[in-house]
Amino acid sequence: MHLFFQELLNGLVVGSLYALVALGLALIYGTMQVPNFAHGHLYMLGAYVAFFGVTVAHIGYWPSMLLAIVVLALVGILLERLVFRPLSNAPEVNTIIAAVGVLFFLQTLAQVWFGGDYRVFPSPYDRVVHFAGLVATQQQLIIIVAAAVLMVALFWFLKRTLTGATIEAVAQNRAGAALVGIDTNRVSMMVFAISAGLAAAAATLIASISLISPSMGFTVILKAFAIIVLGGMGSVPGAIIGAYILAFAESFAGTYISSNYQDAIAFGVLVLILTFKPTGLFAKGT
Amino acid sequence: MRRVLWILAAAIAVALPFLVPKSFYLQIIASAYITAIAVYGLNVILGYTGLLNLGHAAFFGIGAYAVALLQTKAGWPFWPALLAGCAASVLFGALVGMISLRTRGNYFAIFTAAVGVMIAIVFTNWQDLTGGNIGIVNIPPPPPIGPLTFDGDVPKYYLVLAALALTILICVLVRNSLIGRTFVAIADNEDLARATGVNVARVRLTAFMLSTFLAGLAGGMFAMYNGNLGPDQTGLDITFEQLLFLVIGGIGTIAGPLVGTLVLVEISQQLQGVQQYRFLIFGPMLVLLVRFFPMGIVGGFNRLTARWVRP
Repeated sequence: MHLFFQELLNGLVVGSLYALVALGLALIYGTMQVPNFAHGHLYMLGAYVAFFGVTVAHIGYWPSMLLAIVVLALVGILLERLVFRPLSNAPEVNTIIAAVGVLFFLQTLAQVWFGGDYRVFPSPYDRVVHFAGLVATQQQLIIIVAAAVLMVALFWFLKRTLTGATIEAVAQNRAGAALVGIDTNRVSMMVFAISAGLAAAAATLIASISLISPSMGFTVILKAFAIIVLGGMGSVPGAIIGAYILAFAESFAGTYISSNYQDAIAFGVLVLILTFKPTGLFAKGT
Repeated sequence: MRRVLWILAAAIAVALPFLVPKSFYLQIIASAYITAIAVYGLNVILGYTGLLNLGHAAFFGIGAYAVALLQTKAGWPFWPALLAGCAASVLFGALVGMISLRTRGNYFAIFTAAVGVMIAIVFTNWQDLTGGNIGIVNIPPPPPIGPLTFDGDVPKYYLVLAALALTILICVLVRNSLIGRTFVAIADNEDLARATGVNVARVRLTAFMLSTFLAGLAGGMFAMYNGNLGPDQTGLDITFEQLLFLVIGGIGTIAGPLVGTLVLVEISQQLQGVQQYRFLIFGPMLVLLVRFFPMGIVGGFNRLTARWVRP
């Protein structure tokens, strides 16, 4: 039973990270119908910017996270303007191909910049905390709390502010939103900035307990897609719930079944859902 | 005009072992041919029916692993192993196709990406069978047929060239057949095709199986040519690379996959020393191509020549 609660805790940590990444992907898909295959590589780039902040610029952990969020938000805006907006009327396949081009570029950029090796940057919060017989590092607890804070902040922004409401409006009906005077291009740019910023925050949080490498985006992006298919493409609450479900499933399967195939669970879930429900779980009506 | 170009290309390809003294260069070209066969497979599904199969490299892997394992573990000779490898790839393609083709557009791409990664995970983790990350080594060369032997670079080059020629022949025949026209009809307008009596589901599945057949053939050739094989040949990044070759060569054209692969392999060769940075150029190039020049090299050439050459 003790092992069970320990795995529950680990699942909570991983789920928090998945949620931050999948949230951004869902936000972009919901408002622009763009499956951003480069999202995992934005996350990777965020990890490297934070790595740079901590180990090269020595500006400390939290300022490095802020730096990563700001830089990635700018990269997100740039991508929207230069790559995805011009393709908004092109066939769906072209958008995916363009995203593949972006992903190749970002991965090589990270390789040129920091080399292809696995790296880790020290967390200032590596003390071990014992609580009711469970073991966790401070960093793990910070991940859970920070992710929750970011998600609550995002919900507050989407539901309680006028700017956030414009995002919801575009997600519901792009043409209708444009008709009542909402600048849909501004919304697209904002969504890309938020999405990339969240990915950067997630990357900074995980980078200090896990290794970072230029190819770390590949697994993450497919898991994030599995999550948003699970949660209903483009649904933000669905993405969060899907993230925790997947993380718990992985955590328990890793302990009780086999850790070799832990990564395959996400894809198994994805394949099963699309097999029985080709339009995805909780698909929004069009 | 086009026929002349094809004959010229074929003549150069046949004479190549006598033209280039360095066997290193011959190996690069032969490897490019193998990749081109896989890219032809991607072209059948993406170019003819408009569906992006992001698990393509996994089917390449199924063909390659089947050929390699049947030879090294079951002791089969190369030729039946190659047939079985292609069959395995097609069977798996039929299975995956039956499920995945019920999804559309973005979902199809995501679904096939997930299937592809799962297959790659199995190749990496099923250590007893696949040798894990190390993969399979010492795959024997094909046994001789009569006086023809297949160990050495030059005979292997011709074997790969023959497979490529077969691939192009199949693509030309399919393209000009009724079924090929049905592929394009569905890609252009699915509802209209259905209204004229096309069994859309069956035609899509046919295209998918043909596509996976070519992927399996390429995989079998890869195992034969290199004599070793690892799971890194089956990943999502390999599919992405094949996609790059196809887009640059020209989606939906007959010569596109070959031209795109050869051009990019050649450019990569010229970038000696900075080769691992080639995607700093290729990445943005891909973005610019889909935006401004989605027809690729061959598509652009066809459009140019269509004005002043009668077919």
